[in-house]
Amino acid sequence: MSAGDEPKAPGLLDGKLSPTRPLRASGNLFAFALDVARALPRRPFQVREFVQQTWFVASVTILPTALVAIPFGAVIALQLGSLTRQLGAQSFTGSASVLAVLREASPIVTALLIAGAGGSAICADLGARKIRDEIDAMEVLGISPIQRLVVPRVLAAMLVAVLLNGLVSVVGVAGGYFFNVVLQGGTPGAYLASFGALAQVEDFWSGEIKALVFGLIAGIVASYKGLNAGGGPKGVGDAVNQSVVITFLLLFAVNFVMTAVYFQLVPPKGA
Amino acid sequence: MGVAVQVEGLTKSFGSQNIWSDVTLTLPPGEISVLLGPSGTGKSVFLKSLVGLLKPEKGSIILSDADIVTCSEAKLYEIRRLFGVLFQDGALFGSMNLFDNVAFPLREHTKKSETEIRRIVLEKMDMVGLAGAEGKLPGEISGGMRKRAGLARALVLDPEIILFDEPDSGLDPVRVAYLNQLIVDLNAQIDATFLIVTHDIGTARTVPDNLGLLYRKHLAMFGPREQLLTSQEPVVQQFLNGRREGPIGMSEEKDVAQVEAEMAALAARGGDQHNGVGPKGATGGDAVPPQLEPSPGLPERRAVRRRQERVARMLHTFDPATAAAIRESLPPDLLARADAGVFASSPDVAGRHRSPDEPPTSVLPGPRGQW
Repeated sequence: MSAGDEPKAPGLLDGKLSPTRPLRASGNLFAFALDVARALPRRPFQVREFVQQTWFVASVTILPTALVAIPFGAVIALQLGSLTRQLGAQSFTGSASVLAVLREASPIVTALLIAGAGGSAICADLGARKIRDEIDAMEVLGISPIQRLVVPRVLAAMLVAVLLNGLVSVVGVAGGYFFNVVLQGGTPGAYLASFGALAQVEDFWSGEIKALVFGLIAGIVASYKGLNAGGGPKGVGDAVNQSVVITFLLLFAVNFVMTAVYFQLVPPKGA
Repeated sequence: MGVAVQVEGLTKSFGSQNIWSDVTLTLPPGEISVLLGPSGTGKSVFLKSLVGLLKPEKGSIILSDADIVTCSEAKLYEIRRLFGVLFQDGALFGSMNLFDNVAFPLREHTKKSETEIRRIVLEKMDMVGLAGAEGKLPGEISGGMRKRAGLARALVLDPEIILFDEPDSGLDPVRVAYLNQLIVDLNAQIDATFLIVTHDIGTARTVPDNLGLLYRKHLAMFGPREQLLTSQEPVVQQFLNGRREGPIGMSEEKDVAQVEAEMAALAARGGDQHNGVGPKGATGGDAVPPQLEPSPGLPERRAVRRRQERVARMLHTFDPATAAAIRESLPPDLLARADAGVFASSPDVAGRHRSPDEPPTSVLPGPRGQW
C-alpha cells in the first residue's frame, strides 16, 4: 500500500479494522521466516553467538522441562495403569506408556517449554535491545540483526528442542516406570518387556522431528515479535506475551498436522 | 573529505499520519549542519530515514551515487558503512563492555588483528576522553559517558558522514560545551560531513556551518548559519530566541490574532534584544556569534574555506542582513571575487539547496486560521 498523495483524513478505521489486517501480520511473519532462511547460509556463521544462545536457551529450559516431564510421565502411567487393568491388558502398560510419552507427551512438553521458557526469553532479550535502539545501531553499523542475532537464536532453539525432546522421553519413561512399578505394583519385567510391543523407533524419530520444527517456530516467532517490539517497556511485555500465545497456537496446530501426516507415513505396528 | 548528502522531495508518513513532506536540502561535504525543530516534528525520523532505517514514501536521498530510498538491501548495508550514528542514549550493546562495544564494528567488518583493533579502539576512546573506562559495562556509567562511548563506536570505522541525535540531551551545560568542542575538533581532524539534531540553541548558534528548521511538517528553512541567525521569519526567530511569543504553541499552532498580540507585546518590551535570556542557550537578538574554533594544535577545518567559497557564490541571493553577516565572515579575496560577480555565473556549484534562481526558501504557509 502506498501512502496516497493526499494525506488521508484520520478516520475511525485507519486500517485497524481492515479485514486483511491479520493476513498482513501473518504475511510479515512468513516474510521474516524467509529472511531468516536467506540469512542462514550467509557467512560468517556466528558460532560464538550460537554456542552462547544454545547454552542460554538450554539453561532456562532444562530444569523446568525435567520437572514438568516427571509428573507428566506419572500422570500417563496412572491413567494407563488403571485403564489397562480395566481392559485386562496389564502386560501392555509399559508399551502404551512409552508410546504415549514418545509420540505425544514429549513433543508437547517440549513445545510448552521451548515456547514458554526459551521463546519468551529470546523475545524479551531482543525486545529490550530493540527499544534501547541497539538493533537500529547494529543495522547502522552495517550488520544485519537477522544474520547476527536471529539465525543463531533460531538454530539454538531448534537444537535445544531436539535435545529437550530426548530428555523428556527419558525422564517421562523413567517416571512412568517408577509410578507403575513402585506405586502401582506392576511387574518390572512385564513393563520393560512390553516396550517394543507397540512402540517403534519411528515414534522416537517423529518426536524428534516434531521438536525440531517446534524449535524453529518458537525461535522465529520469538525473534519476530522481539525485533518488532515498540512503545517502551510495555511494548516488550506485550511482545513477549503475544510471542508465547502465538507460538502455542502454532505449535499445537502444527503438532496435529504432523501427527496426522505421521500416521499416513508410518503404519502402526501390527496394523 | 566527507560526502555530500542530497535530499530531494522527501515525504514520510506513518499510516495516515504525515510526519513531514517535501523536505529538500543538501548537506555540503565536510560541513557541520544542525537541524532544529520543535519536539515531535520528526527530526529523529529524518535521521533514521537518512540511514535507511525508515523508508520514506517519496523523494530521494542521494549520496555517493546511490539512492538510499530505493536501493537494494545489500547496497544499503554497504552504504551504511559510510555512516557513523550517535543515538540519543548511545545505543550501546548492554551485554558488552565499552571496549567490546567500540571494537564491535571492527571485529565484524574488518580482518584486523586483535592488537590492531586494540590500538584503534584505545585511540578512539582517548579521543572522546574515555581512556581507562574500557572495562565498564554500559549500565555502570553515566549518560554522558554512554554518549561519548557511542560516539567512539560511531567513529571507529572512519565514517564519511556522522549523524548526532540530540547529543546534548541529558547533559549539563559544561559537558555540552565539551561535547560541542569535541564535535568541532573531530570535524577538523576527519573532515567528515556532520548532521546534528538538537534543541540546544547555544549549540545551534555556535557549532554549525548550516542550520535548518523543521516546522509544521515542512523544512521551514535550511541554509548557511547566518541566514537563519539573521532571519526575520517569525518561526525561526521564535525558536532561536526560545520564547513563547510567536507561531509555535505548546501543543498546536496558535491563531493569528493571538500571535499578533504577543508579537506586539514583545515589541513593546523592546524586542528580542531586551527579552532576556531564554532556555537552552537561547539569547536575545539576532547577532551572529562567532563559530567555535578547533582546539589549538589541531589542523584548521578544511570545510571552512570550502564553505566560504560556497556562500560567496550565493552571496547575492541573500537578503541584506544575511548578506552583511556573511560578508563579515568572508576573507577579502573571496569578497572581492563575489563583488566582481565572478561567482554569479556558476550557480550549480553552489550546492543545490539554494541555487540563485530559486525563490528564497523562507516561504511558509500561513497559520491554519488564515486559510
